[in-house]
Amino acid sequence: MDKVIFEVFRFIPEENKSPYFERFEVPYTKGMTVLQGLLYIQSKLDGSLGCRFACRAGICGSCAMHINGVYRLACETQISLLGEIVRVRPLGHLPIIKDLVVDMTEFWNKYKQIKPYLIHSSSLPEREFLQSVDDREKLTKIVDCILCGACYAACPVVGTHKDYIGPHAFTKANRFIRDSRDNGTLERLRIVGGEDGIFRCHTVFSCQEVCPKDIDPSGSISELKMLTTRLAFTSFDKSKIKV
Amino acid sequence: MRYFPVIVVGGGLAGLRAAIEVNMHNIQVCVLSRVHPVRSHSLAAQGGINGALGNHARGVYDSPEKHAFDTVKGSDYLGDQDAIIRMCNDAPLRIYEMEHWGCPFSRTSEGKIAQRPFGGAGFPRTAYAEDKTGHVLLHTLYEQIVKFEHSSERADIVVLDEMLVTSLVVDDGRCVGVVALNLKSGQFEAFQSDAVIFATGGSGRIYSNSTNALISTALGIYIPFREGAPLKDMEFIQFHPTTLIGTNILMTEGCRGEGGFLLNNKGERFLANYEDSKNAMEVAPRDIVARNIQREIDAGRGFENSYVHLDIRHLGEKRINERLPGIRELCIKFANIDPVVDPIPVQPGQHYTMGGIDTDINGASEIKGLYAAGECACVSVHGANRLGGNSLLETIVYGAIAGRSCAEYVSSLSKTKIGTEIIEARLRDEERRAKEIVSKDGDYIICDVRDKLAQVMAQKVGLFRSESQLKSALEDIQEAREKFAKVKFNSKSKSLSYNYEFINYLETEANICISEVVVRGAIERRESRGSHFRIDYPKRDDAQFLKHTIARYSKGEISLSYKPVKIVKWEPKERKY
Ligand SMILES: Cc1cc2nc3c(=O)[nH]c(=O)nc-3n(C[C@H](O)[C@H](O)[C@H](O)COP(=O)(O)OP(=O)(O)OC[C@H]3O[C@@H](n4cnc5c(N)ncnc54)[C@H](O)[C@@H]3O)c2cc1C
Ligand code: SF4
Ligand code: FES
Repeated sequence: MDKVIFEVFRFIPEENKSPYFERFEVPYTKGMTVLQGLLYIQSKLDGSLGCRFACRAGICGSCAMHINGVYRLACETQISLLGEIVRVRPLGHLPIIKDLVVDMTEFWNKYKQIKPYLIHSSSLPEREFLQSVDDREKLTKIVDCILCGACYAACPVVGTHKDYIGPHAFTKANRFIRDSRDNGTLERLRIVGGEDGIFRCHTVFSCQEVCPKDIDPSGSISELKMLTTRLAFTSFDKSKIKV
Repeated sequence: MRYFPVIVVGGGLAGLRAAIEVNMHNIQVCVLSRVHPVRSHSLAAQGGINGALGNHARGVYDSPEKHAFDTVKGSDYLGDQDAIIRMCNDAPLRIYEMEHWGCPFSRTSEGKIAQRPFGGAGFPRTAYAEDKTGHVLLHTLYEQIVKFEHSSERADIVVLDEMLVTSLVVDDGRCVGVVALNLKSGQFEAFQSDAVIFATGGSGRIYSNSTNALISTALGIYIPFREGAPLKDMEFIQFHPTTLIGTNILMTEGCRGEGGFLLNNKGERFLANYEDSKNAMEVAPRDIVARNIQREIDAGRGFENSYVHLDIRHLGEKRINERLPGIRELCIKFANIDPVVDPIPVQPGQHYTMGGIDTDINGASEIKGLYAAGECACVSVHGANRLGGNSLLETIVYGAIAGRSCAEYVSSLSKTKIGTEIIEARLRDEERRAKEIVSKDGDYIICDVRDKLAQVMAQKVGLFRSESQLKSALEDIQEAREKFAKVKFNSKSKSLSYNYEFINYLETEANICISEVVVRGAIERRESRGSHFRIDYPKRDDAQFLKHTIARYSKGEISLSYKPVKIVKWEPKERKY
């Protein structure tokens, strides 16, 4: 393969009546990623192509987009795995600002809704809070979330219920609930168990399928459902609630 | 025009920590960042953060003083010792603070923060979270920002992301605001403020073989430089010994800290054959290991004349998954190899900018009201060579210090909110300049000029330098400048909203200027010290060069001068490991 065709979603709300796909021919080099292809277009063919990127190493979460039918990170997707046509679209469910760039305000606001910070009641120790290796193990993986939005864009519930808090935020909530140092379980369960929360989830596992970090947001949602149900039947006692 | 008493430019670790500190003093603060804070390059840091916590079985006798000595020695005695001592003393406090804020560090069997050995350190003092330390630190700080946003106890903390600061406004020697391009709207916006803290990170992308994010360009330091803020020690560029062939994605020093080997094409641990690395072997400091890898490749003992092997297979799958899971993932995704079964192909690559905006021990620059912290600043704690794990530390220690001194400065001002007219005039200048740029119609493509220059820097201003190569680089820079004057703007839409060609234009202009600062400093420094190795002057020369290089910009001209190093405790000795 010495060239690939990029079909890129284009839309500038002030300039175009409706979105369209534009074709670009990009010379292929071994090991080329989708992001490298987009950067080639940006530097040689049309500098105004809008897309987000930063780290180019799959860790900053900027470049999640819909690539040949699946939400993934452009910078870590090898073109060789896709074939000769690469078709890219922006993340779904979010308003488009320009081309592949979407407005993530609601994504961040929902993240903020679940109190995404450690809530500790005990007074601070002079040194670190002690945490056993086993307790730390409960945070492994789940703290890897890079807030890329792939799960959010793939979730059908987000598409039908505008205020649905979303898998990224539930994952974050669960990250803190699992943390032995945290005391905000009750507050967070009230939020995630509410009107716009986890009970709207249809358990279709879209979020789990697309997550580039293999984090399993659906697993977190199930854990939260269980905890919330238990909370409904027990008077609140943290030791009973924690998994 | 919006007004904030303090503006922080940059949402990485240094910027966020500075903003929190300012806000703790009940002062309203606004963070402007070209990307959302959690996209900042700090999150790429893998290995860890240094502090004499004494949590490792072999680290019980560690102390801030020993940490400071290792740092001074690692800096090849060019670091300012008062600043280093201060950083190492504050280290435990700042690391515990991050832990209290929720940072999920890996743990020892006693439940304490786990620490690992790192190059150039006498004890295992690098605290880590698997190999994702920067990621968890940055998310933790951003979480605190959200908490502060929610809190009604203090003045506001405001984060405006996707705001590219394009210029700093200085009125009669005092910093009065900034102008930024709002990437969402494509419009310029003016901000008035009584003080500005720059925390724009490293300039790695002036090199083509950099481990840094694509957004880590020289623009951040060029903006204050152009307004008269001097830069310090810019010729000191760290090359990391082990970056993945092809993409130059970092393979953390933790790979070697955990016991990985470096092997040549004969399967030998070749570091044993070099005087300066034969004792410490794989955990010798970066500059030494990087040079010896390059020597090995140049002598024909590498693979395909471009890389050596980093072998971690003997650690076993379990330990690799436990300690280095991110490395495994990167190797599989970007090099199509699994380090559990294959050795990793690595080569040295540009990694860290030791120099930066010249600040005093409180983070203050020469311009009143302008502060700097993190990789864009040079306090200087890294001198001629940074030790792994010390720059994350610098971001939170000096981020907090710069925040505090800035808050004190702002509180002491009798006149605030000044310079309205000059800021508005600058806003109009920027708009006019942007119009000119988007209508350029010359012969050259902007990115080509940028990329060509970055290759020159990698080839001629790299690990091994010489007068003739450096002078030839200077000519190449001049050529880049001439071509840059004749570029064309090929974007179909001229709107500035997420227009990367426009951003590239600004970055290329900055890269050209800052590359020249690096090269000029390197030519004048006729000695070898830390990361700066001159084959024509292979020895350190304290009599002439135990001093900081200071670069200034005035009316389009760069000039160099020097400034003494602060030696308060340890007299310079030969650096041996
Ligand atoms: C791959 C890698 C691994 C590393 N590993 C380690 C490690 O293990 N241990 C260690 O101690 N150090 C490590 N380092 C170094 C360390 O991560 C960095 O030095 C440090 O994180 C820099 O932080 P910062 O806050 O200064 O800058 P950054 O995190 O780079 O943040 C810069 C910020 O400035 C903003 N910005 C820049 N220019 C502008 C502008 N013009 N307008 C508006 N905003 C702007 C950006 O948006 C960003 O938010 C590593 C570095 C790399 C590249
Ligand atoms: S859970 Fe996965 S898909 Fe969702 S935001 Fe986090 S990293 Fe992205
Ligand atoms: S550019 Fe950072 S995840 Fe793709």
